[in-house]
Amino acid sequence: MLKAFQIIVSAILVNNYVLSRFLGICSFLGVSKKIETAKGMGIAVTFVMGLASIMSWLVFNFILKPLHIEYMYTIAFILVIAALVQFVEMVIKKKMPGLYKAFGIYLPLITTNCAILGAVIINMNENYNLFYSFLFAVCSGLGYLLAIVLLAGIRERMEFSDNMPEALKGLPISLITACLMSIAFSGFQGLVQ
Amino acid sequence: MIKEILWPAISLGGLGLIFGIILGAASKKFKIEVDERVPLVREKLPGANCGGCGFAGCDAYAEAIVSGKAPANLCNIGGEKAAKAIGEVLGVEVKAADPVVAFVKCQGTCVKSKSKYDYHGLKSCHDALTLADVGPKACEYGCTGFGDCVKQCQFNAISVVDGIAVVDNELCTGCGSCAAACPKGIIELVPKKQSVKVACSSKDKGMDVKKVCTSGCIGCGICAKNCPNQAITVEDNIAHIDYSKCTNCGICVSKCPVKAIINK
Repeated sequence: MLKAFQIIVSAILVNNYVLSRFLGICSFLGVSKKIETAKGMGIAVTFVMGLASIMSWLVFNFILKPLHIEYMYTIAFILVIAALVQFVEMVIKKKMPGLYKAFGIYLPLITTNCAILGAVIINMNENYNLFYSFLFAVCSGLGYLLAIVLLAGIRERMEFSDNMPEALKGLPISLITACLMSIAFSGFQGLVQ
Repeated sequence: MIKEILWPAISLGGLGLIFGIILGAASKKFKIEVDERVPLVREKLPGANCGGCGFAGCDAYAEAIVSGKAPANLCNIGGEKAAKAIGEVLGVEVKAADPVVAFVKCQGTCVKSKSKYDYHGLKSCHDALTLADVGPKACEYGCTGFGDCVKQCQFNAISVVDGIAVVDNELCTGCGSCAAACPKGIIELVPKKQSVKVACSSKDKGMDVKKVCTSGCIGCGICAKNCPNQAITVEDNIAHIDYSKCTNCGICVSKCPVKAIINK
Protein backbone atom coordinates (compact mmCIF):
# COMPACT_ATOMS: atom_id res chain seq x y z
CA MET A 1 0.00 0.00 0.00
CA LEU A 2 2.77 2.35 0.99
CA LYS A 3 4.62 1.50 -2.18
CA ALA A 4 1.56 2.32 -4.29
CA PHE A 5 1.27 5.68 -2.55
CA GLN A 6 4.96 6.32 -3.08
CA ILE A 7 4.62 5.57 -6.77
CA ILE A 8 1.66 7.94 -7.11
CA VAL A 9 3.38 10.88 -5.41
CA SER A 10 6.65 10.20 -7.15
CA ALA A 11 5.19 9.93 -10.63
CA ILE A 12 2.91 12.96 -10.39
CA LEU A 13 5.00 15.43 -8.41
CA VAL A 14 8.54 14.47 -7.51
CA ASN A 15 9.66 12.83 -10.71
CA ASN A 16 7.22 14.67 -12.89
CA TYR A 17 7.65 13.49 -16.45
CA VAL A 18 8.11 16.84 -18.07
CA LEU A 19 9.44 19.03 -15.32
CA SER A 20 12.03 16.79 -13.73
CA ARG A 21 12.67 13.95 -16.16
CA PHE A 22 12.48 16.23 -19.22
CA LEU A 23 10.63 13.74 -21.38
CA GLY A 24 7.90 14.66 -23.87
CA ILE A 25 9.12 18.26 -24.10
CA CYS A 26 8.18 18.58 -27.77
CA SER A 27 4.46 18.10 -27.26
CA PHE A 28 4.70 19.93 -23.94
CA LEU A 29 5.67 23.12 -25.79
CA GLY A 30 3.79 22.35 -28.99
CA VAL A 31 0.26 21.87 -27.71
CA SER A 32 0.22 24.11 -24.67
CA LYS A 33 -1.22 27.21 -26.29
CA LYS A 34 -4.75 26.60 -25.08
CA ILE A 35 -6.00 24.85 -21.96
CA GLU A 36 -8.59 22.90 -23.97
CA THR A 37 -6.06 21.31 -26.33
CA ALA A 38 -3.57 20.80 -23.52
CA LYS A 39 -6.20 18.88 -21.61
CA GLY A 40 -6.94 16.72 -24.66
CA MET A 41 -3.27 15.94 -25.15
CA GLY A 42 -2.74 15.18 -21.47
CA ILE A 43 -5.68 12.81 -21.28
CA ALA A 44 -4.65 11.06 -24.49
CA VAL A 45 -1.09 10.61 -23.17
CA THR A 46 -2.41 9.18 -19.89
CA PHE A 47 -4.66 6.79 -21.77
CA VAL A 48 -1.97 5.52 -24.13
CA MET A 49 0.63 5.29 -21.36
CA GLY A 50 -1.65 3.08 -19.28
CA LEU A 51 -2.33 0.72 -22.18
CA ALA A 52 1.28 0.68 -23.35
CA SER A 53 2.56 -0.17 -19.89
CA ILE A 54 0.37 -3.28 -19.72
CA MET A 55 1.23 -4.43 -23.23
CA SER A 56 4.95 -3.84 -22.88
CA TRP A 57 5.00 -5.55 -19.49
CA LEU A 58 3.45 -8.63 -21.09
CA VAL A 59 5.86 -8.55 -24.02
CA PHE A 60 8.88 -8.05 -21.78
CA ASN A 61 8.01 -10.74 -19.25
CA PHE A 62 6.57 -13.36 -21.57
CA ILE A 63 8.64 -12.93 -24.72
CA LEU A 64 11.90 -11.10 -24.08
CA LYS A 65 12.73 -12.62 -20.68
CA PRO A 66 12.22 -16.32 -21.52
CA LEU A 67 14.28 -15.91 -24.68
CA HIS A 68 16.99 -13.94 -22.82
CA ILE A 69 16.91 -11.11 -25.32
CA GLU A 70 16.13 -8.31 -22.86
CA TYR A 71 18.60 -6.09 -24.66
CA MET A 72 16.15 -5.83 -27.58
CA TYR A 73 13.68 -3.97 -25.39
CA THR A 74 13.90 -0.62 -27.25
CA ILE A 75 12.86 -2.10 -30.58
CA ALA A 76 10.24 -4.35 -29.02
CA PHE A 77 8.65 -1.50 -27.06
CA ILE A 78 8.57 0.86 -30.03
CA LEU A 79 6.89 -1.89 -32.03
CA VAL A 80 4.36 -2.50 -29.27
CA ILE A 81 3.55 1.17 -28.76
CA ALA A 82 3.19 1.96 -32.47
CA ALA A 83 0.97 -1.05 -33.12
CA LEU A 84 -1.06 -0.40 -30.00
CA VAL A 85 -1.76 3.24 -30.84
CA GLN A 86 -2.78 2.30 -34.38
CA PHE A 87 -5.11 -0.39 -33.08
CA VAL A 88 -6.63 1.82 -30.40
CA GLU A 89 -7.18 4.57 -32.95
CA MET A 90 -9.08 2.21 -35.23
CA VAL A 91 -11.23 0.85 -32.44
CA ILE A 92 -12.06 4.28 -31.04
CA LYS A 93 -12.83 5.62 -34.50
CA LYS A 94 -15.39 2.90 -34.98
CA LYS A 95 -16.85 2.45 -31.52
CA MET A 96 -16.57 5.90 -29.96
CA PRO A 97 -16.58 8.62 -32.64
CA GLY A 98 -17.10 11.29 -29.99
CA LEU A 99 -13.95 10.32 -28.14
CA TYR A 100 -12.10 10.01 -31.46
CA LYS A 101 -13.04 13.58 -32.36
CA ALA A 102 -11.96 14.74 -28.91
CA PHE A 103 -8.55 13.06 -29.23
CA GLY A 104 -8.25 14.27 -32.80
CA ILE A 105 -4.69 14.61 -33.98
CA TYR A 106 -3.18 13.82 -30.58
CA LEU A 107 -3.53 10.06 -30.72
CA PRO A 108 -1.23 9.50 -33.72
CA LEU A 109 1.08 12.22 -32.39
CA ILE A 110 1.60 10.24 -29.23
CA THR A 111 2.92 7.23 -31.13
CA THR A 112 6.32 8.79 -31.29
CA ASN A 113 6.21 10.59 -27.96
CA CYS A 114 9.31 9.76 -25.96
CA ALA A 115 7.35 10.06 -22.72
CA ILE A 116 5.51 6.81 -23.50
CA LEU A 117 8.69 4.92 -24.30
CA GLY A 118 10.27 6.48 -21.21
CA ALA A 119 7.45 5.23 -19.00
CA VAL A 120 7.69 1.63 -20.14
CA ILE A 121 11.49 1.61 -19.92
CA ILE A 122 11.40 3.00 -16.37
CA ASN A 123 8.83 0.32 -15.51
CA MET A 124 11.24 -2.28 -16.79
CA ASN A 125 14.27 -0.86 -14.95
CA GLU A 126 12.35 -0.63 -11.68
CA ASN A 127 11.12 -4.22 -12.02
CA TYR A 128 7.55 -3.25 -11.23
CA ASN A 129 4.89 -5.95 -11.38
CA LEU A 130 1.92 -5.58 -13.71
CA PHE A 131 -0.23 -3.58 -11.28
CA TYR A 132 2.55 -1.20 -10.27
CA SER A 133 3.57 -0.75 -13.89
CA PHE A 134 0.06 0.27 -14.78
CA LEU A 135 -0.24 2.54 -11.74
CA PHE A 136 3.10 4.19 -12.45
CA ALA A 137 2.24 4.76 -16.11
CA VAL A 138 -1.18 6.26 -15.39
CA CYS A 139 0.24 8.53 -12.69
CA SER A 140 3.05 9.60 -14.99
CA GLY A 141 0.40 10.50 -17.54
CA LEU A 142 -1.46 12.49 -14.90
CA GLY A 143 1.79 14.28 -14.04
CA TYR A 144 2.18 15.16 -17.71
CA LEU A 145 -1.44 16.36 -17.77
CA LEU A 146 -0.82 18.52 -14.70
CA ALA A 147 2.34 20.08 -16.15
CA ILE A 148 0.92 20.79 -19.60
CA VAL A 149 -2.34 22.26 -18.29
CA LEU A 150 -0.44 24.49 -15.86
CA LEU A 151 1.79 25.77 -18.64
CA ALA A 152 -1.19 26.27 -20.97
CA GLY A 153 -2.96 28.31 -18.28
CA ILE A 154 0.06 30.54 -17.85
CA ARG A 155 0.57 30.90 -21.59
CA GLU A 156 -3.07 31.82 -22.13
CA ARG A 157 -2.73 34.65 -19.62
CA MET A 158 0.59 35.80 -21.04
CA GLU A 159 -1.13 36.36 -24.39
CA PHE A 160 -2.89 39.33 -22.81
CA SER A 161 0.23 40.91 -21.44
CA ASP A 162 0.84 44.24 -23.17
CA ASN A 163 4.27 45.12 -21.88
CA MET A 164 6.05 41.93 -22.88
CA PRO A 165 9.31 42.73 -24.70
CA GLU A 166 9.01 41.91 -28.40
CA ALA A 167 12.00 39.57 -28.29
CA LEU A 168 10.44 37.38 -25.61
CA LYS A 169 6.97 36.95 -27.12
CA GLY A 170 5.87 33.42 -27.94
CA LEU A 171 8.27 30.54 -27.50
CA PRO A 172 11.09 32.28 -25.58
CA ILE A 173 8.89 33.29 -22.66
CA SER A 174 7.27 29.84 -22.73
CA LEU A 175 10.67 28.23 -22.33
CA ILE A 176 11.52 30.56 -19.45
CA THR A 177 8.17 29.76 -17.85
CA ALA A 178 8.72 26.02 -18.25
CA CYS A 179 12.15 26.46 -16.70
CA LEU A 180 10.73 28.31 -13.67
CA MET A 181 8.03 25.64 -13.31
CA SER A 182 10.71 23.00 -13.34
CA ILE A 183 12.63 24.81 -10.61
CA ALA A 184 9.42 25.09 -8.59
CA PHE A 185 8.75 21.38 -8.96
CA SER A 186 12.24 20.57 -7.77
CA GLY A 187 10.94 21.73 -4.39
CA PHE A 188 9.18 18.37 -4.18
CA GLN A 189 12.51 16.55 -4.21
CA GLY A 190 13.02 14.54 -1.06
CA LEU A 191 9.30 14.04 -0.51
CA VAL A 192 9.72 10.37 -1.38
CA GLN A 193 12.74 8.33 -2.29
CA MET B 1 26.47 -18.20 -32.11
CA ILE B 2 23.82 -18.49 -34.77
CA LYS B 3 21.20 -18.93 -32.02
CA GLU B 4 21.99 -15.54 -30.54
CA ILE B 5 21.15 -13.86 -33.80
CA LEU B 6 18.33 -16.13 -34.81
CA TRP B 7 16.21 -15.91 -31.66
CA PRO B 8 15.89 -12.13 -31.56
CA ALA B 9 15.27 -12.00 -35.29
CA ILE B 10 12.58 -14.67 -35.17
CA SER B 11 10.87 -13.40 -32.03
CA LEU B 12 10.81 -9.74 -32.99
CA GLY B 13 9.97 -10.53 -36.58
CA GLY B 14 7.18 -12.78 -35.36
CA LEU B 15 5.96 -10.06 -33.04
CA GLY B 16 5.91 -7.60 -35.92
CA LEU B 17 4.13 -10.12 -38.12
CA ILE B 18 1.48 -10.78 -35.48
CA PHE B 19 0.92 -7.07 -34.93
CA GLY B 20 0.73 -6.59 -38.69
CA ILE B 21 -1.88 -9.30 -39.06
CA ILE B 22 -3.90 -7.98 -36.13
CA LEU B 23 -3.80 -4.45 -37.52
CA GLY B 24 -4.70 -5.68 -40.99
CA ALA B 25 -7.65 -7.61 -39.66
CA ALA B 26 -8.69 -4.71 -37.47
CA SER B 27 -8.61 -2.27 -40.35
CA LYS B 28 -11.07 -4.54 -42.19
CA LYS B 29 -13.24 -5.15 -39.17
CA PHE B 30 -13.37 -1.56 -38.00
CA LYS B 31 -13.72 -0.05 -41.44
CA ILE B 32 -15.77 3.14 -41.41
CA GLU B 33 -18.44 3.47 -44.04
CA VAL B 34 -17.85 6.82 -45.66
CA ASP B 35 -20.24 8.39 -48.09
CA GLU B 36 -19.17 6.97 -51.45
CA ARG B 37 -19.69 10.33 -53.09
CA VAL B 38 -16.86 11.92 -51.10
CA PRO B 39 -14.03 10.28 -53.08
CA LEU B 40 -15.93 10.92 -56.32
CA VAL B 41 -16.23 14.62 -55.55
CA ARG B 42 -12.63 14.67 -54.37
CA GLU B 43 -11.57 13.32 -57.77
CA LYS B 44 -13.16 16.25 -59.56
CA LEU B 45 -11.26 18.77 -57.46
CA PRO B 46 -7.81 19.82 -58.65
CA GLY B 47 -6.00 18.55 -55.57
CA ALA B 48 -3.77 21.58 -55.15
CA ASN B 49 -4.75 21.79 -51.45
CA CYS B 50 -4.35 25.57 -51.66
CA GLY B 51 -7.09 26.30 -49.14
CA GLY B 52 -8.65 29.00 -51.32
CA CYS B 53 -12.12 27.60 -50.64
CA GLY B 54 -11.71 28.22 -46.94
CA PHE B 55 -11.32 24.55 -46.00
CA ALA B 56 -8.20 22.74 -44.82
CA GLY B 57 -7.68 21.10 -48.21
CA CYS B 58 -9.42 19.37 -51.09
CA ASP B 59 -10.38 16.38 -48.92
CA ALA B 60 -12.02 18.53 -46.27
CA TYR B 61 -13.82 20.55 -48.94
CA ALA B 62 -15.12 17.43 -50.70
CA GLU B 63 -16.52 16.18 -47.40
CA ALA B 64 -18.16 19.54 -46.75
CA ILE B 65 -19.77 19.56 -50.21
CA VAL B 66 -21.24 16.10 -49.80
CA SER B 67 -22.54 16.80 -46.31
CA GLY B 68 -24.16 19.93 -47.68
CA LYS B 69 -22.17 22.33 -45.54
CA ALA B 70 -20.56 24.11 -48.49
CA PRO B 71 -21.62 25.09 -51.99
CA ALA B 72 -19.87 23.26 -54.82
CA ASN B 73 -18.57 26.35 -56.59
CA LEU B 74 -16.00 27.62 -54.09
CA CYS B 75 -13.03 26.15 -55.92
CA ASN B 76 -11.40 28.88 -57.98
CA ILE B 77 -8.84 26.62 -59.56
CA GLY B 78 -11.24 24.00 -60.84
CA GLY B 79 -13.59 26.81 -61.82
CA GLU B 80 -16.63 26.12 -63.92
CA LYS B 81 -15.45 22.70 -65.04
CA ALA B 82 -15.01 21.33 -61.54
CA ALA B 83 -18.27 22.84 -60.32
CA LYS B 84 -20.19 21.23 -63.19
CA ALA B 85 -18.52 17.85 -62.66
CA ILE B 86 -19.32 17.95 -58.95
CA GLY B 87 -22.88 18.88 -59.81
CA GLU B 88 -23.10 15.76 -61.96
CA VAL B 89 -21.84 13.59 -59.12
CA LEU B 90 -24.34 15.05 -56.69
CA GLY B 91 -27.14 15.17 -59.27
CA VAL B 92 -27.74 18.89 -58.96
CA GLU B 93 -26.96 21.81 -61.20
CA VAL B 94 -24.20 24.07 -59.98
CA LYS B 95 -23.43 27.50 -61.32
CA ALA B 96 -19.79 28.41 -61.36
CA ALA B 97 -18.75 31.38 -59.31
CA ASP B 98 -17.20 34.38 -61.00
CA PRO B 99 -13.49 33.70 -61.16
CA VAL B 100 -11.35 36.06 -59.11
CA VAL B 101 -7.70 36.99 -59.36
CA ALA B 102 -5.28 38.55 -56.93
CA PHE B 103 -4.43 42.21 -57.41
CA VAL B 104 -1.61 44.15 -55.75
CA LYS B 105 -2.96 47.55 -54.78
CA CYS B 106 0.27 49.45 -55.30
CA GLN B 107 2.22 50.77 -58.25
CA GLY B 108 5.03 52.42 -56.32
CA THR B 109 7.91 51.00 -58.32
CA CYS B 110 11.52 51.88 -57.53
CA VAL B 111 11.21 54.96 -59.74
CA LYS B 112 7.91 56.25 -58.40
CA SER B 113 8.40 55.63 -54.70
CA LYS B 114 11.92 55.95 -53.32
CA SER B 115 13.52 54.04 -50.49
CA LYS B 116 14.02 55.72 -47.13
CA TYR B 117 17.30 53.93 -46.50
CA ASP B 118 19.46 51.14 -47.84
CA TYR B 119 18.16 47.89 -46.42
CA HIS B 120 20.59 44.99 -46.29
CA GLY B 121 18.67 42.70 -43.95
CA LEU B 122 16.69 39.55 -44.55
CA LYS B 123 14.95 39.49 -47.91
CA SER B 124 11.48 38.95 -46.53
CA CYS B 125 8.68 41.51 -46.26
CA HIS B 126 7.54 40.17 -42.92
CA ASP B 127 11.02 40.22 -41.40
CA ALA B 128 11.83 43.63 -42.84
CA LEU B 129 8.64 45.03 -41.35
CA THR B 130 9.32 43.43 -37.99
CA LEU B 131 12.94 44.49 -37.78
CA ALA B 132 12.87 47.88 -39.44
CA ASP B 133 9.63 49.66 -38.54
CA VAL B 134 7.57 49.93 -41.75
CA GLY B 135 10.31 48.75 -44.06
CA PRO B 136 12.62 50.60 -46.40
CA LYS B 137 9.91 51.85 -48.77
CA ALA B 138 9.13 55.54 -48.33
CA CYS B 139 5.38 54.86 -48.51
CA GLU B 140 4.23 53.12 -45.36
CA TYR B 141 1.38 51.37 -47.21
CA GLY B 142 3.27 50.39 -50.36
CA CYS B 143 4.56 47.04 -51.51
CA THR B 144 7.86 46.17 -49.79
CA GLY B 145 8.86 44.06 -52.75
CA PHE B 146 10.75 41.22 -51.07
CA GLY B 147 8.23 38.72 -52.35
CA ASP B 148 6.64 36.97 -49.38
CA CYS B 149 3.69 36.54 -51.73
CA VAL B 150 5.92 35.04 -54.44
CA LYS B 151 7.08 32.36 -52.03
CA GLN B 152 3.49 31.49 -51.14
CA CYS B 153 2.19 31.19 -54.71
CA GLN B 154 1.94 27.59 -55.85
CA PHE B 155 1.20 28.57 -59.42
CA ASN B 156 4.11 30.92 -60.22
CA ALA B 157 1.55 33.60 -60.95
CA ILE B 158 3.18 36.37 -58.97
CA SER B 159 6.58 37.97 -59.40
CA VAL B 160 8.42 41.04 -58.19
CA VAL B 161 9.04 43.45 -61.05
CA ASP B 162 10.87 46.72 -60.49
CA GLY B 163 10.39 46.58 -56.72
CA ILE B 164 6.72 45.67 -56.51
CA ALA B 165 4.75 42.46 -56.80
CA VAL B 166 2.84 41.89 -60.04
CA VAL B 167 0.19 39.22 -60.63
CA ASP B 168 -0.11 37.34 -63.90
CA ASN B 169 -3.88 37.16 -64.43
CA GLU B 170 -3.60 34.16 -66.74
CA LEU B 171 -1.78 32.01 -64.18
CA CYS B 172 -3.53 33.30 -61.07
CA THR B 173 -6.21 30.98 -59.72
CA GLY B 174 -7.52 33.31 -57.07
CA CYS B 175 -6.65 31.00 -54.17
CA GLY B 176 -5.76 33.98 -52.01
CA SER B 177 -2.64 32.57 -50.38
CA CYS B 178 -0.62 35.65 -51.43
CA ALA B 179 -3.24 37.96 -49.92
CA ALA B 180 -2.88 36.09 -46.65
CA ALA B 181 0.92 36.23 -46.84
CA CYS B 182 1.21 39.98 -47.48
CA PRO B 183 2.13 41.60 -44.15
CA LYS B 184 0.77 44.95 -45.32
CA GLY B 185 -2.46 43.44 -46.55
CA ILE B 186 -2.39 45.19 -49.92
CA ILE B 187 -3.29 42.18 -52.08
CA GLU B 188 -6.97 41.89 -52.80
CA LEU B 189 -9.04 39.34 -54.69
CA VAL B 190 -10.99 41.06 -57.46
CA PRO B 191 -13.32 39.64 -60.12
CA LYS B 192 -11.29 38.58 -63.15
CA LYS B 193 -13.43 40.60 -65.56
CA GLN B 194 -12.90 43.76 -63.51
CA SER B 195 -10.26 45.74 -65.39
CA VAL B 196 -10.55 49.13 -63.66
CA LYS B 197 -8.88 49.05 -60.29
CA VAL B 198 -7.42 51.46 -57.73
CA ALA B 199 -3.71 50.64 -57.65
CA CYS B 200 -2.89 52.24 -54.31
CA SER B 201 -3.46 51.46 -50.65
CA SER B 202 -2.29 54.65 -48.96
CA LYS B 203 -4.58 56.07 -46.30
CA ASP B 204 -2.36 59.13 -45.85
CA LYS B 205 -3.52 62.66 -46.65
CA GLY B 206 -2.89 63.86 -50.21
CA MET B 207 0.11 65.98 -49.31
CA ASP B 208 1.86 63.18 -47.46
CA VAL B 209 1.20 60.78 -50.34
CA LYS B 210 2.71 63.23 -52.80
CA LYS B 211 5.92 63.35 -50.78
CA VAL B 212 6.55 59.62 -50.99
CA CYS B 213 5.05 58.46 -54.29
CA THR B 214 4.25 60.00 -57.64
CA SER B 215 1.30 57.77 -58.40
CA GLY B 216 -0.42 57.35 -55.04
CA CYS B 217 -4.10 58.13 -54.54
CA ILE B 218 -4.41 61.56 -52.94
CA GLY B 219 -8.10 61.17 -52.18
CA CYS B 220 -9.15 64.16 -54.28
CA GLY B 221 -12.47 62.61 -55.22
CA ILE B 222 -12.43 63.59 -58.90
CA CYS B 223 -13.09 59.97 -59.85
CA ALA B 224 -16.10 59.79 -57.55
CA LYS B 225 -17.60 62.95 -59.06
CA ASN B 226 -17.08 61.78 -62.63
CA CYS B 227 -18.28 58.21 -62.24
CA PRO B 228 -21.57 57.81 -64.15
CA ASN B 229 -22.65 54.90 -61.97
CA GLN B 230 -21.69 56.25 -58.52
CA ALA B 231 -19.45 53.22 -58.14
CA ILE B 232 -16.58 55.11 -56.51
CA THR B 233 -16.43 56.40 -52.96
CA VAL B 234 -13.51 58.07 -51.18
CA GLU B 235 -12.90 56.91 -47.63
CA ASP B 236 -9.79 57.35 -45.50
CA ASN B 237 -8.21 59.43 -48.27
CA ILE B 238 -8.41 56.63 -50.81
CA ALA B 239 -10.84 55.78 -53.60
CA HIS B 240 -12.84 52.53 -53.44
CA ILE B 241 -14.55 50.98 -56.45
CA ASP B 242 -17.76 49.05 -55.88
CA TYR B 243 -17.22 46.20 -58.33
CA SER B 244 -20.91 45.36 -58.45
CA LYS B 245 -21.70 48.84 -59.85
CA CYS B 246 -18.60 49.45 -61.99
CA THR B 247 -18.99 48.94 -65.73
CA ASN B 248 -15.29 49.33 -66.59
CA CYS B 249 -16.12 52.45 -68.62
CA GLY B 250 -12.72 53.97 -67.81
CA ILE B 251 -13.78 57.57 -67.25
CA CYS B 252 -12.13 57.61 -63.82
CA VAL B 253 -8.91 56.28 -65.31
CA SER B 254 -8.63 59.24 -67.67
CA LYS B 255 -9.69 61.78 -65.03
CA CYS B 256 -7.36 60.66 -62.23
CA PRO B 257 -4.68 63.37 -61.86
CA VAL B 258 -2.07 61.00 -60.42
CA LYS B 259 -2.94 57.92 -62.51
CA ALA B 260 -3.67 55.88 -59.40
CA ILE B 261 -6.60 54.17 -61.12
CA ILE B 262 -5.57 51.76 -63.84
CA ASN B 263 -7.37 49.85 -66.56
CA LYS B 264 -5.58 46.58 -67.26
